[in-house]
Amino acid sequence: MTLVATLAELVSDFRANGRIVIVGASLAGLRAAEALREEGFSGSLTIIGDEPYEPYDRPPLSKQVLKGWMPAEHTLLPRFREVDAQWRLGVAATGLDRVARQVRLADGDQIPYHRLLIATGTRARPWPNPAEAALEGVFALRSRDDAARLQQALATRPSRVLVIGGGFIGSEVASVCRELDIPVTLTERGPAPLVGALGGVIGEIAAQMQRDHGVDLRCGVSVSSLEGDAAGHVRRARLSDGTTIEVDVVLAALGSIRNVEWLQGSGLAAGPWGVGCDAGGRAFDINGVVTDSVYVAGDVARMPHVLYEYQFLAMEHWDNAVFGAEVAAHNMVNLEPHYRPHLLLPGFWSGQFGVNIKSVGVPPFGDEIIFTQGSVKDRSFAAAYGRRGRIVAAVTFDHGKWLEYYARLIEQSAPFPPPPPGWDRPDIMKPVPAEFPAPGVPTAIPDVVLTGHDPNERRAEFRPRGH
Amino acid sequence: MAEETPWQQALRYANRANPYPFYTELRKTPVARQPDGTYVVSTYREIVTLLHDPRVSSDVRKLPSRAPAPAAAEPGAEPITEAVIELEPNIITCDPPEHDHDRRMMTRHFFGPADAPHQISDLEPDIRRIVAGLLDGMRGKTRIDVVDEFAYPLPVTLICKILGVPLEDEPRFHAWIETALDALDFGPEAASEEMRSRLAGARRSVKELAQFMAGLLEQYAERPGPGMLSAMVHDGGPDGRMSKGVLASNAVLLLFAGHETTVNLIAHSVLTLLRHPEALEELRRRPELIVPAVEELLRFESSVQFWHTRSAVEDIDIAGTTIPAGSPIFLVYGSANRDPQRFENPDQLDLQRPDNQHLGFSQGIHYCFGAPLARLEVQVAVDEFVRRVENPRLVTDPPPYRHNQIFRGPRHVLVDIDGIRD
Repeated sequence: MTLVATLAELVSDFRANGRIVIVGASLAGLRAAEALREEGFSGSLTIIGDEPYEPYDRPPLSKQVLKGWMPAEHTLLPRFREVDAQWRLGVAATGLDRVARQVRLADGDQIPYHRLLIATGTRARPWPNPAEAALEGVFALRSRDDAARLQQALATRPSRVLVIGGGFIGSEVASVCRELDIPVTLTERGPAPLVGALGGVIGEIAAQMQRDHGVDLRCGVSVSSLEGDAAGHVRRARLSDGTTIEVDVVLAALGSIRNVEWLQGSGLAAGPWGVGCDAGGRAFDINGVVTDSVYVAGDVARMPHVLYEYQFLAMEHWDNAVFGAEVAAHNMVNLEPHYRPHLLLPGFWSGQFGVNIKSVGVPPFGDEIIFTQGSVKDRSFAAAYGRRGRIVAAVTFDHGKWLEYYARLIEQSAPFPPPPPGWDRPDIMKPVPAEFPAPGVPTAIPDVVLTGHDPNERRAEFRPRGH
Repeated sequence: MAEETPWQQALRYANRANPYPFYTELRKTPVARQPDGTYVVSTYREIVTLLHDPRVSSDVRKLPSRAPAPAAAEPGAEPITEAVIELEPNIITCDPPEHDHDRRMMTRHFFGPADAPHQISDLEPDIRRIVAGLLDGMRGKTRIDVVDEFAYPLPVTLICKILGVPLEDEPRFHAWIETALDALDFGPEAASEEMRSRLAGARRSVKELAQFMAGLLEQYAERPGPGMLSAMVHDGGPDGRMSKGVLASNAVLLLFAGHETTVNLIAHSVLTLLRHPEALEELRRRPELIVPAVEELLRFESSVQFWHTRSAVEDIDIAGTTIPAGSPIFLVYGSANRDPQRFENPDQLDLQRPDNQHLGFSQGIHYCFGAPLARLEVQVAVDEFVRRVENPRLVTDPPPYRHNQIFRGPRHVLVDIDGIRD
């Protein structure tokens, strides 16, 4: 038998009799399962999720659910086809043994696999002081249960809500509070909301938008401590500028932590930055060598992107979860030369203060910004981000239908600034610095050290900080 | 006389039933300059690119004057488009920011407010009732006209109800719309004796229709009533009110576009399914396929074959050509939807076609306003027709077509039937 025929037989045998385990039962996990079946995989499929719920959609949690328009349990994701899988819901994966090819579960079960997809995503970064975080009235927002609890708290009409952090989740929740006519204070360590994602120029617009809607916005300050009453309910926050605020609901919107702890000791390139993989979703091991049996998709994946100088990007966006999962699923049941790359142009959306914010590309990759369409005053505009004379991203406020135009320009590495539109031009069309903060130093990144001398024994190894 | 371009041939009435071979020719030059300076774009990729390019205007007032057609020499016989230009622009024929503002206002009244956007889906019981009544009315017949007895009455009844236009006025506005549609011609036949004679009547009809809608709006201004028009007259929303003229133009648009295109889609859907017995049988066996089926039918026989009000505001480089600023641009959706570079075996009907992002409703900011309503109407109508009509057979193929090139559709579709199931 020729090599080609042997490989083809191998693929078809795997598709019929293989055993695939997906860890993560959210958007990426579900879409990967559907894609596997769509690709003709008829072997055994197990989906493991730490939450007890079937896969649900997260974007409505910080918007429609909090507003009380829809209950949190009405967010189940639509199913595109039968997946015929064994669901292990409500039980977390706690370990991975790549030699024995087994996933260890919290209940002690060992689930064997031939190929594994890691789609464990992220979780909300909790308020760092555990005693303060445990106060009644202190929330985080990531899961369906989080949203249900916060919605209940908002429904009791608190006297004031404190949102800590002016990223998308924090800003969306502040917006919901104002819509519900609940007083809200938002603190942001940086100079304006959304600066990390969209830069200071857009951040300033977002700040003004918040103030116009009655948010008590405090930038350049952080929360030093939270204080509770005798019953253990949060009542007060002390800020770094020495002031205090009386509050009875606090949302810690501090960004996310990638769920990689269960991979400790697995020998994969997994750390606080996510799980490294190639553009086809194949995980790297700790040495940076690609594996053949472990794949990654969704928020937890971090892969090189051709449009951004092959830098490794983690794209915590909805469409990255969907399309990354489809690509990983395809590659799990194929062999070279049938691999497909995941070359998504990142994009995201947010709804806040009556404005639909959308973005395409990687705004922080740019260092200049130019308004290209519409009116900043009306908060209805498009703007493009540039770097070294080429367009790398765009953002729109209530101008989302134009994103496709900018996406095409970005894909083609078109010149920056882009040509002016034929109508509806902004008053000022001149590139200005986009004002992104310098990349912060992430906390508690372990060192990676090299060990061994003989080429066959040389290995990388994680050394947790402080050792 | 110079040889006609594929585009001119596609526009000839004789080719109305099947313009597709000419589209195939046309696509060999994706962006083709016509003798009158119009740039006709026929390939999927280029059309999508231009639909999203902010250097393309949809505003008829920015359309540069074309060489005067011979007909224009006679007073009162200017092209019908001139009569339309006399109206205030509607949302299809203006650019942002006016477009965004007006469309946003209309959206609220058509779909319902943001926290209860189910005004359209709430119409489903009404749609089912109307469709059931139409099919019941065919009992005892052996021959039906799908256009007059089925495809037309459903959308017109619904849009009247949604807008608040009295159904009793249907014969009047139907006649005005027919007269105007039959006179609009972009092809070599525009200069013919007959087409020239139609123009004066068409201009009058457009004016009468506009006056009729303006009168209705006046009436609602004095005495509020049911429906979207009255609501828009009295809108006190954050965007303020539309001016009377803009409101009247958009009311005309809603009434016209709210049914004409759906009539053609239902008629074409039945016609297409009768031409593809295996697809008809598939749909009868698996009624749940109606959703992808309607998307495929939208691709296969698009209700809006092309659009004619766009122009380049700046020079635009595309497909190896430069469209100079000031040039009119025609985007031929009907051709894009048969582009083999985008759709595998485009001339085959595949009710389960994957990744079917057709341009039947266009794309970008002018994406069909009424698409969700049209989808629902056609899904219910075709679903029920397939389920209830026994052994339908086409009497004439191809059927006679209406004159209009943009809103392309059969004038009648005669079908022999064995009966109507319950």
